[in-house]
Amino acid sequence: MVFRARGKARPRDYNTRMASAAVAIVDYEAGNLTSVACALRHLGSDPIITRKPSEILDAERVVFPGVGAAGASMESLRKLELDAALKKFYESGRPLLGICIGCQVIFERSEEDGGTECLGIIRGSTRRFEFPGAVKRKIPHMGWNEVGFEGEHPVFSGIPRGSQFYFVHSYYPVPSDPLVVKGTAMYGGVRFAAAVAWGNLAAVQFHTEKSGPCGLRVLRNFLSWKPKR
Amino acid sequence: MLSKRVIVCLDVRAGKTTKGVRFQGNIDVGDPVVMGEKYYLEGADEIVFYDITASAEGRPIDIEMVRQVARRIFIPFSVGGGIRSLEDMREVLLAGAEKVSVNSLAVRDPRIIAEGARAFGRQCIVLGMDVLRVGPRSSVPSGYEVVVKGGRERTGLDALEWARRAEDLGAGEICLNSIDADGTKEGYELTITSRMADSAGIPVIASGGAGTPEHLRAVLVEGKADAALIASMVHFGEHTIAGIKEFLASKGVRVRLDRTET
Repeated sequence: MVFRARGKARPRDYNTRMASAAVAIVDYEAGNLTSVACALRHLGSDPIITRKPSEILDAERVVFPGVGAAGASMESLRKLELDAALKKFYESGRPLLGICIGCQVIFERSEEDGGTECLGIIRGSTRRFEFPGAVKRKIPHMGWNEVGFEGEHPVFSGIPRGSQFYFVHSYYPVPSDPLVVKGTAMYGGVRFAAAVAWGNLAAVQFHTEKSGPCGLRVLRNFLSWKPKR
Repeated sequence: MLSKRVIVCLDVRAGKTTKGVRFQGNIDVGDPVVMGEKYYLEGADEIVFYDITASAEGRPIDIEMVRQVARRIFIPFSVGGGIRSLEDMREVLLAGAEKVSVNSLAVRDPRIIAEGARAFGRQCIVLGMDVLRVGPRSSVPSGYEVVVKGGRERTGLDALEWARRAEDLGAGEICLNSIDADGTKEGYELTITSRMADSAGIPVIASGGAGTPEHLRAVLVEGKADAALIASMVHFGEHTIAGIKEFLASKGVRVRLDRTET
């Protein structure tokens, strides 16, 4: 709610657009979408920002960002009927990218807000950072951290070893199936999944839109990604 | 493991960046959007746009400038100096800034920290504070007093107590600027920085006094700061971000060295 722009927050051609959007950014009152839109535009894309399930289902690709708490995010998604739309979009086989909270609520549940039932697109949950007594680390995990990518995935290709990305989060994804983990980062002795992918879904815990050239590379990869059916 | 951040501060006046020595005698050093992009491409981890005249003259923040910055740099940037209300914060964040910084406004009305954190998330709210070394006394036990208006007005607030209170209210980060060191290029104020970094549960950005890469190393290691703010060191071409970061890395300080071509 708080980030809702006054007046029209739509691209100029919103009213005249007839064909389906190439890229839709999901707007569900969970934070600031400006940076994601700016980064996509910088890469030559012309995204729409929408909260309409029909526009999401019509899009060729969907970016699902977000900051804040899992509980409030899920509440907004349900209220706007975007939870079903996102699941349906995923089932269509078209490329879906989750960012930050969008990388958490794709799991079955979150520890946040006293336990939150989430979308359940991927099996697993999210957990809060906890450190053994001797380890003093600040929460949220905020700043630049190295992500080590494992294996070959089109969305994470061409990223040099040792590259760092910008994080802001207190919870981290814990997938049930280790095969979905495509990149990990380490904080206070906890190694966690920072990038996951399954089928036509890719998701990153870091803010790829704020992660400089490496982050833009992930977005660029996503824009040309053709997931195998 | 998190990297230590190197943050470039651009003081903006009438649409141009300036760098003053102890807040006086500002000289122009260029277009803030162009400068911001240059530092982004050179590997800065974050950029601060500080509209130093906005609050002094009661002018609103230049939102169009923030929008232009958001279209050209893809790392976090913050805006400070002219934030007067929750509505100002919202405008700046919606224009694409990652964070807003409040300083004298928070001293006048600390509730803005709590309201901003509640509305936008605490990671968006940076408490900026200018501190002056006054020596320990009963009202200022740490010996460092918070000052406003570029150091012209003292507040009676103890720097460490103010930091604790701001953190309790919901500040996500503290930018600690030493008035004594600011503009001197003789190094950061290590004493208050390390004390604040030790006691705070949120990141502390050290500001004021950077002249050499060694000054950054000292404040990030001995001073225990999470990030170091620099300005004139790079504005006048004496040092580059890449050079500073390579020096820090060579001394064992963990920093982000970008390896990709744009």
